[in-house]
Amino acid sequence: MGSKVLNIIVCIKQVPNIREARLDPGTGTMLRDAIPSIMNPDDKAALEAALRLKDSRGAHVTVLSMGPPQAETALREALAMGADEAFLLTDRAFAGSDTCATAYTIAAAIKVMKYDLIFTGRQAIDGDTAQVGPQIAEHLQIANISYAEKITVQADAVIVTSRLDNCSYVVKAKMPCLITTLSELNEPRYMTPGGVFEAYREEIKKITRRNLDADSKRLGQKGSPTHIAQTCAKSAKTTGIVADHLNSQEAAEYLLEKLREQLIIS
Amino acid sequence: MDFQLSKEHQMVRTLFQTIAQKEVKPYAQDVDEEERFPKEAYEKFCRYGFMGIPYPKEWGGQGCDTLTYAMCVEEVAKVCCASSTLLSAHTSLGTWPIYKYGTEEQKRKYMPKLTSGEYLGAFGLTEPNAGTDSSAQRTTAVLKGDHYLLNGSKIFITNAGYADLYVVFAMTERNLGNHGISAFIIEKGFPGFSVGKPEKKMGIRGSATCELFFKDCVVPKENLLGQEGKGFIIAMTTLDGGRIGIAAQALGLAEGALNETIQYVKERKQFGRALSKFQNTQFAIAEMLTKTQAAQLLLYKAAIAKDRQKSVSLEAAEAKLFCADVAMDVTTRCVQLHGGYGYMREYAVERMMRDAKITEIYEGTSEVQKMVISKYAFK
Repeated sequence: MGSKVLNIIVCIKQVPNIREARLDPGTGTMLRDAIPSIMNPDDKAALEAALRLKDSRGAHVTVLSMGPPQAETALREALAMGADEAFLLTDRAFAGSDTCATAYTIAAAIKVMKYDLIFTGRQAIDGDTAQVGPQIAEHLQIANISYAEKITVQADAVIVTSRLDNCSYVVKAKMPCLITTLSELNEPRYMTPGGVFEAYREEIKKITRRNLDADSKRLGQKGSPTHIAQTCAKSAKTTGIVADHLNSQEAAEYLLEKLREQLIIS
Repeated sequence: MDFQLSKEHQMVRTLFQTIAQKEVKPYAQDVDEEERFPKEAYEKFCRYGFMGIPYPKEWGGQGCDTLTYAMCVEEVAKVCCASSTLLSAHTSLGTWPIYKYGTEEQKRKYMPKLTSGEYLGAFGLTEPNAGTDSSAQRTTAVLKGDHYLLNGSKIFITNAGYADLYVVFAMTERNLGNHGISAFIIEKGFPGFSVGKPEKKMGIRGSATCELFFKDCVVPKENLLGQEGKGFIIAMTTLDGGRIGIAAQALGLAEGALNETIQYVKERKQFGRALSKFQNTQFAIAEMLTKTQAAQLLLYKAAIAKDRQKSVSLEAAEAKLFCADVAMDVTTRCVQLHGGYGYMREYAVERMMRDAKITEIYEGTSEVQKMVISKYAFK
């Protein structure tokens, strides 16, 4: 890349601090005012990954969030951690967006920006869909690498170690591309005290419906094919039993025995 | 008049709370038990920019206000008072006089090292026979060509042994009393300077407290801080700021003890119900919360005044007097609400009550604060 500045856009979401958030009984959506908000943990790891690239080789880090005006706080936190610029996509027209409309809106904002890399967290702790990142990549027609464990920039390409359940694979992609990260990727830095005050002196640039080249039918609730039929609490999973050191024959017998014990088969 | 913290102050408080809880609290009990310097906290303070909070960026500081600094000390003291002592002595006593009275050259040489924490700062005024009566200083400094020779000793010096830089006071003109005191910047390696054994203390046991010895200690002439004879003014104005730090520490202790106690009385059951269901507990908690709130307002008023007024002697003395009083009262009552468990070292309130006592003593006893305050009444 020579002396060219690497432009990184990090998409962050402000989420409620606790998983057992209260839901609106009418609509099934989250009651956001009741609980303190934080930067989504996977997204914070994405920001940290971007800031590490900035520290090690120089980069311009832009943070972008879509949400209500109070999502500004998450962007200020990102600035206080070391991001250079912050954008907030906010408009009543965006309200009620599902992952499809959200990705469409964010992609519409990003496509007029300069970027070599886009980082997003794998998923948000409030919705847990893990869909927005890859969908943004689709809209922008760029490569997407999910679940990054290690990220290295090499000339005009990026080499990423991705984590799957039991193995990792190494992918090289030409930039621009989009990378989704897990909160396990790194230990995000704290803000600095001085950084907090500087962050509040900086402008959070607002992007509204009017600034966006987008099809109104694809925005907000109208552009959201997802309809929540019902929201309910997940029943707790019991911890599994690990039965190793068994050969396949023994394993099958063990399994049959357990299934009979539980009266699942007779 | 606005009693709301700004959004910046709210965010920075959350930051201090998070770091104090995650990075300082885990060592608090061990630091006390082992009477060891809180090196983990010191490392973290350096890494996270805590060592130079109220100093401008041009000097390597964070460029924040005194209120932010006070909140940092407060949040740290909620979980580990000894760690907050390190921070307060470094920032208010070791660094501030150099920032305020240092020459450009002294500031260039020392400020970036102090604000980054590369150098830990300390302050030496008290002597075995010169506590509140600082004019009874016996340590002397005599100019010999291009250097001063210091002779004497200092006692109860916070951060001693770990500090790299000490602001030390000595008599340059013995017969002038307070007007004969001068301030010096002493580096730990100066010939003729040594540090005594750590003192065994009732509280803040993790804080390093030692004697300093000067035996023909060679101090370069350029390490005179301010002018000769200005040492007393330097010491007193430095302590005005230091009192804000100690008030913040006292407040943090009261709040920390209350947090522990509110949790405890909700869990502890006697006569079939939680202690929190008894009116005695409820009233005690209500009184303590109210006093703590009042203490916080006095402290924040003094902290804000520090950045706006020429002198904060009165405000700082009031804040320190009241916060220290609240700390002692609240921690003692918190131990009482814990009953027998509160007397056990396993419970944080036991340590907090021992730690609270020092806030009524150092950087001017409560009686000294009353002397300062009453002076304003009869002006």
